[in-house]
Parts: sequence; C-alpha cells; structure tokens
Amino acid sequence: MQQPYLLTILTFLPVAGALALLLAPDDDHVLIRRLALITATAEFAISLLLFRGFNSQLAGYQWEELHNWIPQPPIHYHLGVDGLSLFLVLLTTLLTPISMLASWKSINERVKGFFICLLVLETGVIGVFVSLDMFLFFLFWEVMLIPMYFLIGIWGHERRIYAALKFVLYTMFGSILMLVAMLWLYRLTAVAGTPTFDIPQIQSMLSSGTITLPAVTEMLLFGAFFLAFAIKVPLFPLHTWLPDAHTEAPTAGSVMLAGVLLKMGTYGMLRFCLPLFPEAAHKFAPAIAVLAIIGIIYGALVAMVQVDLKRLVAYSSVSHLGFVVLGIFAFHVISIQGAVFQMLAHGISTGALFLGVGMLYDRRHTHLIKEYGGLATPMPVLAGLYLFSCFASAGLPMLNGFVGEFLILAGTFQRHADWSAWAALGVIFSAVYLLWSYQRVFFGAVTKDKNASLPDADLRERGILFLMAAIILWMGMGSPFFTRRIEASAQNVLQLMQRPQAAYDAGVIRGGAEMNSMNLNRFAMPANGNNAGTVNSK
Amino acid sequence: MPALTYMWIIPLLPLLGAAANGLFGARWSKGVVTGVALSSTTLSFLAALEVVREFFTLSAGQIPWTQSYFTWISAGGFRADFALQVDQLTVVMLLVVTGVGWLIHIYSSGYMHDDPGYRRFFAYLNLFMFFMLILILAANYLLMFVGWEGVGLCSYLLIGFFFLKQSATNAGNKAFWVNRIGDFGFILGVLLIFRTFHTLDFAGVLPAAAKMAADPAGQIGTLTAIGLLLFVGAAGKSAQLPLYVWLPDAMEGPTPVSALIHAATMVTAGVYMVVRSHAIFLNAPVAMQVVGVVGCLTALFAATIGLVQTDIKKVLAYSTVSQLGYMFLACGVGAFGAGVFHLMTHAFFKGLLFLAAGSVIHAMGGEQDMRKMGGLRKKIPVTFWTMFMATLAIAGAPGFSGYFSKDEILEAAQHSSPVLWGLGVLTAGITSFYMFRLLFLTFFGKQRYDEHHVHVHESPKNMLAPLVVLAILSVCGGWMAAPALWGGVNHFQHFLAPVLGTASEAAAESAPGGAEILQAIFGPPVIAGLLGFFLAWWMYIKSPETPKKWAASLSAPYKLLSGKYFIDELYAAAVVRPLVWVSEKVLWHVVDEGAIDGAVNGVATVSRESGDRLRRMTSGNVRSYATWILVGALVFTSLLLWMVS
Repeated sequence: MQQPYLLTILTFLPVAGALALLLAPDDDHVLIRRLALITATAEFAISLLLFRGFNSQLAGYQWEELHNWIPQPPIHYHLGVDGLSLFLVLLTTLLTPISMLASWKSINERVKGFFICLLVLETGVIGVFVSLDMFLFFLFWEVMLIPMYFLIGIWGHERRIYAALKFVLYTMFGSILMLVAMLWLYRLTAVAGTPTFDIPQIQSMLSSGTITLPAVTEMLLFGAFFLAFAIKVPLFPLHTWLPDAHTEAPTAGSVMLAGVLLKMGTYGMLRFCLPLFPEAAHKFAPAIAVLAIIGIIYGALVAMVQVDLKRLVAYSSVSHLGFVVLGIFAFHVISIQGAVFQMLAHGISTGALFLGVGMLYDRRHTHLIKEYGGLATPMPVLAGLYLFSCFASAGLPMLNGFVGEFLILAGTFQRHADWSAWAALGVIFSAVYLLWSYQRVFFGAVTKDKNASLPDADLRERGILFLMAAIILWMGMGSPFFTRRIEASAQNVLQLMQRPQAAYDAGVIRGGAEMNSMNLNRFAMPANGNNAGTVNSK
Repeated sequence: MPALTYMWIIPLLPLLGAAANGLFGARWSKGVVTGVALSSTTLSFLAALEVVREFFTLSAGQIPWTQSYFTWISAGGFRADFALQVDQLTVVMLLVVTGVGWLIHIYSSGYMHDDPGYRRFFAYLNLFMFFMLILILAANYLLMFVGWEGVGLCSYLLIGFFFLKQSATNAGNKAFWVNRIGDFGFILGVLLIFRTFHTLDFAGVLPAAAKMAADPAGQIGTLTAIGLLLFVGAAGKSAQLPLYVWLPDAMEGPTPVSALIHAATMVTAGVYMVVRSHAIFLNAPVAMQVVGVVGCLTALFAATIGLVQTDIKKVLAYSTVSQLGYMFLACGVGAFGAGVFHLMTHAFFKGLLFLAAGSVIHAMGGEQDMRKMGGLRKKIPVTFWTMFMATLAIAGAPGFSGYFSKDEILEAAQHSSPVLWGLGVLTAGITSFYMFRLLFLTFFGKQRYDEHHVHVHESPKNMLAPLVVLAILSVCGGWMAAPALWGGVNHFQHFLAPVLGTASEAAAESAPGGAEILQAIFGPPVIAGLLGFFLAWWMYIKSPETPKKWAASLSAPYKLLSGKYFIDELYAAAVVRPLVWVSEKVLWHVVDEGAIDGAVNGVATVSRESGDRLRRMTSGNVRSYATWILVGALVFTSLLLWMVS
C-alpha cells in the first residue's frame, strides 16, 4: 500500500532537518555536519520507499496527495509523482547527501548556514518535482533560488557575487514570464467556470476541449513556459549564466546545480510545454531542435577550448542538456525515455566530474588546467576514477551516458534522421574535450612542484567516487530498471499531445452537457484514471 | 551443451582478471598479478576451445547458436539484449582472439617484467580481451558496438600506457578521436538499420537484408547508405583511408599491445563487422565498390610509406594498414571468406612480426631505429628465424600462410576488376620489398650499434615460446586452403560457407596436372614478391650505398614518402587548427563572451540601476533577493485581484 503522506515527508523532512540545525551551536561543526548528513541520508532512505507499490504500468500520478489549501483563489496542496518525476526525486535525495560529504572538509566558514542552505535547496527541488498545482510548483521554483543564491554568493569563489546575481536574475526573468502564463491559464479556467491551478485538471480541460486556446494564445503561453524552462536547462543561447554559476559555486553547489537544478527545466518542458500546448510545441519543435543541436555542438566546442577545468565541465552540460531537449522535442517515445534517462545519467556523471574537480580544488585552490599536469603520478586513484567519469560523460557503452544519448538519437532518428546525424557529432567532440583536458591535467610528468606531493583521494573521497562509479555502471548495464518505469509516462505525454480534432472545434464542445460532466468529475482525466479515487475519498 | 549455454564465461574471465588486478592488484606481488592475468586468459582460451568443440556437435539448424542473458536497453519499441551468438565466423574469430591473445599475454609477462606499471598493463590487457570477445560474440549490432568502443577505450589506455611521455598520450587521444569519427558513422548506420528493420539483432537484420531487392548499381538506396555508414566505422577502427592516421602513432604503446591490438585483433574488427554484415553489402553495389577501392588504395598507399620508414615498428604499422586494405579489397570484390582468411593468417604472421620486433627492441635495450641495428642474426637466432618465417609469410612465399590468403584475395580481385588486381599485385611486390628491407637492415650486414653500450641478448623463454608457436602457425596456418591448388576442397572456405551463403566451390572436375599447379603457384603475385625480395637484397646486402644515392637523386618522392605524404600536417592545418581557432576566438570570445553575455550584462546593468532605486525606497538594508520577492509578490497579488474581480 502507498502511504498517503510519503511525498509530504520527503518534501519537508529536509526543512525540518534545517530547523533542527538552527538549534545546534554555531561552532560545533562536527555536530552540524553529522546532523545534516543524517537528515539527508534518512531522506534518501525514505525516498527509496517510493518504489514500493510504484506501478510502472500506470501513466498517471502515484503517491498522490490532494488537500484544499487556499479557498479563494482555489489553490490545492496537490502532490504526486509519475515516471517522469520519480527518478528525479531520487536523484535529488541521492545527490544531496553526496554533496554534503563532498563539502565535509572544504566548508569551514559559516558551516551551519551552508548545510541549512543545502537542506532547504533539497526541499525546493523535490517540491518542484512533486507539485501538481501550478501555484505550489511556482512557490517551490522560487524557494529553490534563495538557498542556491546563498550557496554561490557566500561559499563561492572570487567572482561569486556576480555569478550569484546573474544566476538569480536570469532565472527570475524566466519565472516572471512563467508566472504570467500560469495566471493566464488560471484566468482561462475561471472563464470556463472551474477556476483552478491544478495541473492535471487544467490538463484534462485542455485535452477535452473545455478550454480551447486560439493558436496565438497557445503559442504565447507555450513561449512563456518554454523560455522559463529553457533558461533553466540552459538552452543555447540562454546559457551564459551557467558557466559563471558553476565556476564560482562551491562543489556541492555545482553538483546540485548540474545534477538536479538544470533538470527542472527539461522536466518542466515535459510536464507543461508538451502536454498542455501540443500544437505550439509542434510548431516550434524544428526551431527548438536547431537550438538544441547548436547547443550540443557549440557547447562541446567551447568546452574544448576552456582554460578552466570547472568551466569546461559546465559547458559540457550545455552540450549534454542539448541532447535532452532534442529528445523531448523529437516527440518520439524512445527519445523521450532517452531524454529522461539522460537527465539522470548526466546528473550522476557530470556530478562525478564536478566532485573530482572539487577534490582537485580542495588541494590546489585553482581550477586552471595549466596549474595542473601529471597528477596521475601523485594521485593514481583519483586519476582513475576521474577518467571513469570522463568516459561515462563521453558516452562509452555500458556506462550511463551511452544509454541516454543512444535512445535520444534512436528515437529522433525515426522521424528526423538529419537532426540525429547532427546531434551525433557531439559524440565526437565530447571525447575530444574530455580526453584533451584529462591529458593536460593528469598525464605527463609533474611540471609544478606543488603538485608533486599532492595526497591521493582519501577514504571519504574514494567512497564518494566509487559510489558514483558504481551507479554509473549500474545505470549503463541495467537501464531497463529505469526505462521500464519511465515508459508509461513518456507514452502518456505523447498521448496527451494527440488532441481529438473536436477539441479544437470550440463551438461544439463548449456545450452545457459536457461542461457539467466535467464539473462533476473534476479531477478525472482520460489517461489518468487513478486520480478519480483520490477525489472520491476527499 | 554446458559451455555453449554459459558462453558468457569466455568474456567474463578476462573481465574478472582485469577487475581483480585493477582494484586489488596494488597489494599483490608480481607473481600473483601474473597468475591472475594469465590464468584468466588461459581459462578463457580453454572455454573457447570447449565452445568450439561443442559447436561442432550442433546440427545445421541450431546455427547460429544464440543465447540471451539479460535485457540491456529497452524503450518504446526498441530492445537490445545482452545476447551472444556463435556461428562459423565467430568460431574463427574466437580461436584467433583467445589463442593469439593468450600467447601475447604470456609474452607480455616477460616483456613487461621490469615495468613499474606491470599490474596496470595486465589489467588493461585483460580488459581488452573482455571487450574484444564481446565484439565478436555479440548477437546484435548494439552489443557489438559495446565491444567496438570498449576495445577503443583499451587501445587508448594502452597506447598512452607510458603516460609520462607527451607523445604517447597524444597518440592515445588521436586514436580515440579518429575512432570516434568512425563511430559517428557506425552509430548512424546502426540507427538506420533500426529504422529500416526495427531490430538490431543479426538474426533479424541480416536475413531480411538478404531478401531485400539490391540497390541498383550506381545508386544510394537504404542498404547502400547503411553499408557506407558502417564502412565509415570500419575505416576508423581498421585504419583505412582517410582515417588510418592514428595507427602508426599507436606504436607509442608497448610492443605486445601493438601485436595484439594494433595488428592481430582489434584493428581487424572493421573487417569482421563488414563480413558480418555481408548480407547488407551484397545488396549494396556502390558500398561494395567503395569498400574495394578504399581497401585497395589503402593497401598500396600505406605500403609505399612503409618503404622508407626507419623505425622497425613504424614499418610494421604501415604494413598492417596495408594488409588491412587487402582484407577490405577482398570484401569489396565479394570474397568475404578470403578476407577472413587473410585476417586469420595476418593475425599469425603480423602478431609474430611485432612480437619478434619487440624481442629485437628488448635485445637492443629499447632501440627501435633499424639504422642502428644490423647483423643481429647470430646474436638472437630464435628471434631471427621466427621473424624470417613471418616475413616469408607476409611476402607471400608459396606454401606459407600469407601466400594462400593473399592469393585468394588477388584471384577474386582479378575476376572483379583488372585495375584492383594490378594494384594488389604491385602492393604484393612492395610488401615483399619493405619486409625484406626490414629483415636485412636488422639482422644482416654490419652491426651499426656500439657494442659497449648495447648488450645484445636473446629474450627469455616466456617471450620466445609464443614466437615459436606463432612461427609454426605462420607457416602452416594456410594449409587448410592448400587442397584447392590441386583441385581439392578449400577447407577454410568450406567451413565458412554456411555463414557467407556462398556455395562452397565444387572440386574441379579433373585434377590439374603438375605444370598447371606450378603455373598457378608462380603467378604474378609471387613473381612480384620475388622482384621485391631481389631488389631489397640488392639494395641492402649487395650494394648498401644504393639507398642513400637513390634518396639523394630522387629527393622529392623520397621526402614525400618519408613525410608520409604529409597527411598529418594536412589534417592539422585543414581541420584541427581551424576548429580550435574558431572555437576559441569566435565561439567562445566573440559569441559567448561578447555577443550573448554582452547583451545579458547590458540588461543586468539596467536592472541593477533600477534595483538601486528600489533599494533606496526601502530602509536601504534589505537584501536584494528580498526586494525581488516583494516585487514578485506585489505583481502576483495585483494580477490575482485583477482577475478575480
């Protein structure tokens, strides 16, 4: 049986931990770290319960919670996960304790604030992934910004303030557009007689034709949502906040940023842009695909010539996320599954790369490639594990990056062989920038005296990187564990994009009879049967 | 059928060896490391032998024998299993890979004995065996790609094994990158196969491709496109024009690696893949032509470079490129079986040539320049005699293994195109010349090294034993085909016939007479080989001043050849440097930092100024984020009120 409050617990446990941390004495760093880690680990353990009773055959939301919250305007506390969000939640609960472990020794200033920020961030991100009410979604979307702003701005490197501001401003710009679009949608539901912020309900109203959108309106709404998400992804040419944010953020910030925050963008596209505005999505898809492909190649080429190792990994994210966007906008079930898988794979492998870069930074306090060289001699273990992550990121088969990229290319190829062919060029360039930078950092003779005696990865660092390596290998070998649970929801997105022609025929469906039946069955959706039960019990 | 059912054990054993040595070997003594590495390959070889034994008990209907172990990738209508298969082609590859691989492991335990990276070396070498076995045992294109990329990874690791040397890591990168260009073609070919046949299983794709109507000659239909894309992959892995450039540089790796990976096994993966996909190629005439022409041109092109190289391993590297060209020539003219035959004999004699060269280098204390050798024949007799056998084999001396396979290829080419045949015969002559040049420079003539510095010594037994075994194979490895000479059955082709769908050639009606047999043996290829031999003998034994004189009088062509046609320089100037320049100067500095970020920062400046004003309106002490949230909340509320009202 599914426990009714699991998602609530998952969403708010980190904040509860953060509150508990407030009570801890400021200077007892060990206690603070332990408490935070225990909270995050418990959170991860609890999140594993999501698998219990998760029915991979069901396309709709599971573990659903629905409560009235604000009566006027009608805002609900509505949570749920499906195949698209399930693993993103797990990725978040996994990467948070890992980020904490990675910061164990490198954060010694304002330790309490740091861990509180990480925990609040976790709540924000999970909230985004499980919210089924637009208002709630937006709330978490904004809440997440605050701890991230502090993480970059307080514990970051030299240009941290600039980077933090840039990150927040960029995102806020998109958020405002998204907010306007949400309010517009709300107004449309109000006009139709059932004012609501509820995503499944709006979905069903749009799918059934209760609300019809004129082409221009649909395009504007799509555009507003898409822009907000494209900034977050980030899609070329909206990406320039990312290299700065990554380079200046502390390791934990980079891991969370690359690992899960970027995925909020691609997740939003799957949750909002495609199913709510299918016509506009179709119309814009070619242009978006072109931007995604440019992002793949451009990100890789710019990554290739970076002099700063962390910035290089950041640009590689632009390239990898281009694959995800391409997979989403190819509208093929294989490519969408591939896109969701690639979100997870990128979170792990790029997370591992950032962790490795962070370990180098902890030792030398620089990210400049030329400051390193020959590190394989003093630190063979770190060198080996970093290389492993490089190959995961470069999409070596049997490691996780390959599965996502291949499925995206395979799905895209079914419809648009040319898109797929261009995108596949990224496969060449990813090997170039990763191996070239690896050579300059780890191979050769040690050229700088400071590097000669650097300590190799200690037990904690080894543990982190071996864990990441194990997950990389598992995802690469056992991908059906993931794709099996993603499939129904990926199908569902495509199904929701198939509107019956009648739905576009405004006059017919807006008849009274249908209207009433919609009102009676407020939360019932065609492809989402299990929601009906929730409503009845309410 | 215990071994056939559990044939995953064959690749798994080396993987376990690699994992054990890689993860825990640091704490073990050299003896344990050696034990783990050698026993895993030995057991794998034995398991392969058992699989082959059981294979021969199968009935025709049970072949290809396929076993699916778990689903590796599945999404939508796509599915790729971790499935292995054995048919006659696999049997040949399996024996070559595990057999030669096993011998080279033994050799390596001697050759690498004093290297500080001994454990790392064996971990990589075992890992290579794992991926190579996956490549040849895979039952679908995607799993084959796992092996394909995996051997590329190991090649990268082993070329750059001496990672303190910049040239070694450069070569490793180059190998991986050029192979990635090939993989780009391969993966697109695989995608097109999936789109066309809705599966990637050989058992589903190949019969369907065989049933499809052939693409018309001169046109690029679906099958031709698939064939060409796959061949791009093959050209990368098997070092064909224009993607061969990585293989000569790959000689930076330890010599056993050159023997195993860059001669006997990995580089032949492209040939194997094309032969495996023969059903597609047979219905794609344009693709066949491209394969044949590229193969033939590569054979000639690389052989000419080999003429003037002075590094003993570089000569062998270009020779490998050239011999791989022969194999593709065979495929291109439809003689897939001959291609596989040459693949096998080449694995014997070229593996041996590299190992023997390694033994020479070992004896010379690391010297690879043939100009500083000479007269080694008496000092390292076992190495000399085994290398001599291999040289006779590659030069196509009648009776030796290379003779049979090369002759078969050229005969097939003759039926297909006189031009390809002519170039093939010319290449045979050049091959004979550069190989005997190598032999004469190294083992004959005056000694050109300083005896006080170099203490020439024969290699230890664990290095010599594999040489001897491979020498025997280089001599006898082709005899399976010999009966064809006197009108009998070519047993090798007969064995492969069920896979390749070729009717095994019926025995000639009347056995040819002695004169006819002699005529068949001393055909143009053998005559060309003899000419090459005599020229080499004359230039390097009879009058050793000739090479210098010729180099001086023919300086332009000599420079072109010794500069390797300046292809590397061309690629650097035309592709690499422009790409880096554009990426750095244009994309990064102009587009990213200039245009996009310039616009963003411009907007930011405006916002900052307005933000300052807002801040002054409040107490002045409020954090900027709070201001934005306040503004956001205000906007939100007012919009809500506006809409509700």
